[in-house]
Amino acid sequence: MQAIKSIRSRTVNMPAKDIDTDQIIPARFLTTTSREGLGDNLFHDLRFEADGAPKPDFELNRPEAQGCEILVAGNNLGCGSSREHAPWALLDYGIRAVISTEIADIFRSNSLKNGLLAVVVDEETHGWLLAHPGSELEIDVVQSTLTLPDGRVVSYPIDAFARYCLIEGIDQLGYLRQNLDAIASFEESRP
Amino acid sequence: MPQTLFEKVWNQHVVVPETADTPAVLYIDLHLIHEVTTPQAFSLLRERGLPVRRPDRTLATMDHSTPTTPVNSFKDLAIVGDSAANQIRQMEINCREFGIDLLGFDSEQRGIVHVIGPELGATQPGKTIVCGDSHTSTHGAFGALAFGIGTTEVGHVLATQCLLQRKPKTLAINVEGSLPAGVGAKDLILAIIGQIGVDGGTGHVIEYRGEAIRAMDMEARMTVCNMSIEGGARAGMIAPDDTTFEYLAGRERSPSGAEWTTAVERWRALCGDDDARFDNSVDIDAGALKPMVTFGTNPGMVVGIDEPVPDGSGDSNFRKALDYMQVETGKPMTENAVDIVFIGSCTNSRMSDLEQAAAILEGRRVADGVRMLVVPGSQQVKHEAEAKGLDRVFAAAGAEWRESGCSMCLGMNGDTAGSGQLTVSTSNRNFEGRQGVGARTVLASPATAAASAVHGRIADPRPYLRS
Ligand code: SF4
Repeated sequence: MQAIKSIRSRTVNMPAKDIDTDQIIPARFLTTTSREGLGDNLFHDLRFEADGAPKPDFELNRPEAQGCEILVAGNNLGCGSSREHAPWALLDYGIRAVISTEIADIFRSNSLKNGLLAVVVDEETHGWLLAHPGSELEIDVVQSTLTLPDGRVVSYPIDAFARYCLIEGIDQLGYLRQNLDAIASFEESRP
Repeated sequence: MPQTLFEKVWNQHVVVPETADTPAVLYIDLHLIHEVTTPQAFSLLRERGLPVRRPDRTLATMDHSTPTTPVNSFKDLAIVGDSAANQIRQMEINCREFGIDLLGFDSEQRGIVHVIGPELGATQPGKTIVCGDSHTSTHGAFGALAFGIGTTEVGHVLATQCLLQRKPKTLAINVEGSLPAGVGAKDLILAIIGQIGVDGGTGHVIEYRGEAIRAMDMEARMTVCNMSIEGGARAGMIAPDDTTFEYLAGRERSPSGAEWTTAVERWRALCGDDDARFDNSVDIDAGALKPMVTFGTNPGMVVGIDEPVPDGSGDSNFRKALDYMQVETGKPMTENAVDIVFIGSCTNSRMSDLEQAAAILEGRRVADGVRMLVVPGSQQVKHEAEAKGLDRVFAAAGAEWRESGCSMCLGMNGDTAGSGQLTVSTSNRNFEGRQGVGARTVLASPATAAASAVHGRIADPRPYLRS
């Protein structure tokens, strides 16, 4: 994984709560055997009409959303299935960070393993972000902080190991494999 | 220190303990894999030239993208499209190349991964079980620590048989009293999710406890644990007891002979200590419950069958959900006409589920204009149901009896509902579009689903019960 120390971009808002992974990438697009190209179908049924034309009202289709790499979503983002296709689709589309007041466990874990920053903020900051779409933010992974356009700095919680892997570009499988001896002796010690 | 069931299982599997800076290395006893969430993990292994560390601890099947119309050859797979057929072929290649036994099309043991694990006796108390699938929580019904993982983690387990994990918090859900007639495990778990909310269990492992849980058979316990993820919890567990051991005795992959005796002793010791502490707890009175149905677009939006849909008009998400569902505040869900009834999925596709539905359908007909699909959870369930004549009950009532698989639970295998159609479904997710673009899903128990099929509108199953 590529190291990520910070991200700077404008935000696009999807204030709906409980955006589930079936919304992010509907199941019928999961028959792929690769990670590429999933961005084309990101939020497919919210984003496109039945004839394939983009829905003009959908948040990501608006002109001001173009090029925004930070998605601010309602509470409990990414609930539902464990499909890693959800963060793959977001990344493939060009989203590099998601922000919410709560992010579902499996989606959050999947996101961080792929270098999609999953940032949980307090209600007040979240409210401010929702009220100010298109804000230019800086998300600093090293400091675990978010800098708002007015200069306010808000810190966010992130697991120390996930943070370390992000900023150093650590491959977690490589890290796990350093424990192969311990794993082998664990296996031997059991019935 | 007194320990909960979860803590005992967790502690027995820690290879390297967690620290402030690093997660624990947790050993995985059983890795279940299916065709949808594994291809990219096998690609990773190939890229790095790594073998699968323990093919003997890996159990593979195909369920998600497989059609539930009879499949006699790979040519039939074209039914669901080229990419699904390709995914299924890739699964065969991956398993062959990495030495993993695959319960494929020709296997009589094929089925939904969360149905076959227990059925084969591979799911056992005290095991750590993972799968690239969020409903892995189902296996917790046996006192296993079982949870869903992403594809990157599938790769980790294939390569090392371990995962990097932070220890989650614990939530006790105490269900006292007994469930009234016509109210089942599905109604209970829907009521629990309604109470704690779809994010109530985030960061937690749930342990279901109390009189009503102890009284349940294993299939009902699986239904409860299955939907832990709908309450935000990655895992749900139930302490193993005689009901568990009776279920497992004599199954193909269960221990046998002297090993069985020592295993049962070990399993009994897994129960949480009396004074073990949970981070949080919730109490539920089983006796007060009714048949439950969802009215919105997440499983927490749920009401009693005869209760009015609540007023949430102040909340834009709530209004949007009701608009999508074409449901009105203040009226009970029983006003709504039904287009499709789906009995199946890893939540409710086992023998007892099919029996409950058949008991209501026997001697009755599916209402005109209603399509009813009955999809057994596995080929074994299918054969057992056929041996008991349930297929004939369903057929006589006018329902479709199909091959096993995930089917209309997620609509990626050719089984879908049309836009605007209302499906009463025994599955676990009523998300927008889950069962087809624009499809409206009402989650319910097998009894409620069967009663609704007969009535043509969403129906309370209780008047349909025969003593
Ligand atoms: S039946 Fe539905 S929820 Fe269960 S594993 Fe299949 S798709 Fe997932």
